[in-house]
Amino acid sequence: MDATGGETTGLAGDGTGTMLTVDSLSIRFRRSAAARPVVEDVSFSIDAGESVALVGESGSGKTLTCRSILRILPRGAEVCGGAIQFGCGAERADLLRLPAKRLRDVRGSRISMIFQEPMSALSPLHTIGAQTAEVLRLHGQASRAKAREESLRMFERVGFPDPDRAFRSYPFQLSGGLRQRAMIAMAMVARPKLLIADEPTTALDVTLQAQVLALIKTLQAETGMAVLLVTHDLGVVANMADAVVVLRAGRVMESGNCADVLGRPLHGYTRKLMMAAPVIPECPAPSFPCPAGADAILEFHDIAKTFERGDRTVKALNGVDLRLRRGETLAIVGESGSGKTTLARLAMLADRPDPGGRILFRPDAGKPAMDLLDQTGAGLLGYRRSAQMVFQDPYASLSPRMTVGAIIAEPLAIHGIGGAAERRERVRALMAQVGLDPAWTNRYPHAFSGGQRQRIGIARALALDPALLICDEPTSALDVSVQAQVLDLLESIKTRLGLSLMFISHDLAVVARLADRVAVMRAGQVVEQAPPGILFSAPLHPYTQALIAASPEPDVSRPIDIATVARGAGRPDLWPDSFRPTPDRSGPPLLEIAPGHFVRRAA
Amino acid sequence: MSRAWKHQFDPEPWSPDDDAGPASRLDPGASAGRLMLRRFLRHRLAVLAALFLGLSYLSLPFVDFLAPYGANERDVEHLYAPPQPIHLFHEGRFVGPFVYPTAGRADLREYRWRYETDATRPMPLGFFCPGAPYRFLGLVETRLRLVCPPEGATLHLLGTDRLGRDILSRLAIGAQLSLTVGLLGIAVSFGIGVTLGGMAGYFGGRTDYAVQRLSEILKSLPELPLWLALSAAVPAHWSPVAVFLCISVILGLLDWPGLARAVRSRFLALREEDFVMAAELMGASPARIIGRHLLPNFASHLLASATLSIPAMILGETALSFLGLGLRPPATSWGVMLNDAQNLTAVETYPWVSAPMIPVILVVLSFNFLGDGLRDALDPYHDS
Repeated sequence: MDATGGETTGLAGDGTGTMLTVDSLSIRFRRSAAARPVVEDVSFSIDAGESVALVGESGSGKTLTCRSILRILPRGAEVCGGAIQFGCGAERADLLRLPAKRLRDVRGSRISMIFQEPMSALSPLHTIGAQTAEVLRLHGQASRAKAREESLRMFERVGFPDPDRAFRSYPFQLSGGLRQRAMIAMAMVARPKLLIADEPTTALDVTLQAQVLALIKTLQAETGMAVLLVTHDLGVVANMADAVVVLRAGRVMESGNCADVLGRPLHGYTRKLMMAAPVIPECPAPSFPCPAGADAILEFHDIAKTFERGDRTVKALNGVDLRLRRGETLAIVGESGSGKTTLARLAMLADRPDPGGRILFRPDAGKPAMDLLDQTGAGLLGYRRSAQMVFQDPYASLSPRMTVGAIIAEPLAIHGIGGAAERRERVRALMAQVGLDPAWTNRYPHAFSGGQRQRIGIARALALDPALLICDEPTSALDVSVQAQVLDLLESIKTRLGLSLMFISHDLAVVARLADRVAVMRAGQVVEQAPPGILFSAPLHPYTQALIAASPEPDVSRPIDIATVARGAGRPDLWPDSFRPTPDRSGPPLLEIAPGHFVRRAA
Repeated sequence: MSRAWKHQFDPEPWSPDDDAGPASRLDPGASAGRLMLRRFLRHRLAVLAALFLGLSYLSLPFVDFLAPYGANERDVEHLYAPPQPIHLFHEGRFVGPFVYPTAGRADLREYRWRYETDATRPMPLGFFCPGAPYRFLGLVETRLRLVCPPEGATLHLLGTDRLGRDILSRLAIGAQLSLTVGLLGIAVSFGIGVTLGGMAGYFGGRTDYAVQRLSEILKSLPELPLWLALSAAVPAHWSPVAVFLCISVILGLLDWPGLARAVRSRFLALREEDFVMAAELMGASPARIIGRHLLPNFASHLLASATLSIPAMILGETALSFLGLGLRPPATSWGVMLNDAQNLTAVETYPWVSAPMIPVILVVLSFNFLGDGLRDALDPYHDS
């Protein structure tokens, strides 16, 4: 195979700067019925000190491509063509044909990898320190003492507040962000020439993502290593990469400098991805003011929820007051641990709040509200009929043993509505309503893609003609382009059926297009609440500001403002005085500083 | 320093509606059961085991017809006769299936039986001929057998035992008890296991605690002495069938903890699934949740666990009968037959008396292969 082939290598023909050349790589699954390879003729190259992003949706072959570099393809997948040249000068070798022993020398020491899920990529039985020092010991680069010293230095570098303690910690003792930092330290400790980062921040909250990305970038500037970033997020690309390779169904759709590809996309698919990427609007449309005192369908009054975790208690919710007005979309945004999912579970009465709180539900406008926590029997069943939930994971929320028809008809069956023929008719209508072919009623969930499954979930939620729909991160498991479609669907259904929507999300950009009002939650409290127009243009709370600043935009001219993120997402004592929690830890009160705009700060 | 990349794109025509690939490599129209079947068929060893077991169980009602001799039919002229081959050619001439007659004599120096074959007289086998009388399916008295020894000769393909009974025929007839004791036992243990495990998994709390501790206590008791004690309590004067039933129940009573644990953990895992939560939030009653959402999703796992516990039952029966505490003569089972193999001298001089080990091994292995195949097939969504 000609090692200098491929369209991009010709530009860096001198060979001194090129660190990695992937040349017409093809990968296929051995037992797959489809004759077509899953990765087909992919070529690109990375120079020392350069960052290249492989972008694509699920099934695009981006992960297979990056895994083939270290020859860690999953069982059944094999490279069926191409070459991967790595190194400079005399060291240059084809990784695909390197003997296993020499490949081991390369792995970890000259090419290292950061995985998506730090919890499963770190060994639970060894301390972080031992695992990091092992990298150096394995490659015979250092004595035990030296390895420890190096690891400690790297821990400090990646931002562990106490490197010594981190060295002795086990992965389960660290938070998600720290775990990913440990993973980075482990990948970086041997000073690799190439770092492969496979979705390094997908499992992290946005504010953490911003900080981890900034860290990778600084480390790269210091060491001059090349970075291959695999991601689905164009916003991350814009912030991190010099060049980008867009993959779709195993083929390169478009490649070029980041500014070129994101600024002037040539391929239709790239344009489609750009369009679908949720963006926080710079000048949001003025949202219509809701009439004050409008009829609320669901009200939370002073809701708290405490969980017992062994001998200590965790306050998941701490004094939440919220009103969901009839016909509006209330978005609840927060990062992991903010209590947003607990709130959704309470709203669905899957859990009960601590005594003292009240949840009021008003089935019809102008009628007296009923206290949901007092309901039993018929009243409870009635509420179950009018409030429905759309789940986060479209794979787990549909029973694999029921046909789609049976799944959608299940709520009708539970409440004993209609005869068999009537239900069949209703199912067909619902499927058409959510954009599924009604002829598919006899198929099983496995036949559907993630987006289609989420449509099934929505159809099921609509079967009983609910008044209230609670969506718990309904799009976070989906690809960007599919996410956009599902959001469109939710929006159109909401307007058509006049539903009230409670929309839980971790992503401000997702709710920007959908919400009438946004409540930002942190540590069990609402810190700011406003219509999106006000919230995005004039956020007051430092945490809201951090969330907005951390949200990566697919625009190279609008990089993440890391200082704002660090200030707002850090400990509350970094906040300006008026926002800091009061000594009794309850925080300042929620003040209405403009009509409809509430902020938790001292008056 | 970053070099300039050439900005380029794939020139092939493209439409945004193009499916980027199939949603799944699985057949969209197939039900979960169908996918499982397909996956199971890919597991060669398991299919082979299933065929073997299927044939074995299907032939159980007809073994009397298939076997050349009755279970307790003695041939005092042929004690400890060695296995006898079936021939087709006599002196280069095709005769059809036949045997040579054998005659035994006592070797008084080595104190054993010696048999000599008279290779001059081929004696063709009879087919569909009358043999010893038996009751077909326990209903009709008949003498018809598939194959019979010729007049004046014997047909002992696996030899005979101490009393001159044909081992092959006894193996076939013994299978009736040995193979069904597993099914009966598993039915008992299944009933107890599913009920207790389901209760533990669904109600949790104290019920769970009680069931768990009970099963741990049962598991910690030494198995063999317990079996012995329980079967010693079976009155000696009971009929073989009553003893058989009793043994199955005993085996079942002691085997449920494994199944109960499997059911409980499956229940707990499934309860956490979103689709169960969805049903709960739609207002479904517990009965509906169990019947419609939980059971279909774990019935197949139960099947696999049950299949994997049948061998333990069969081995249990064999062990008990071997020790003389399970089934007793005149009932015939593999364990009862192996009882003869307790005598080491007999095994040494007449090795064919331990022939029942072969079907025991085959059946136990087959059930294990089948169970493994089922377990793999039951998760059709997990790509291997």
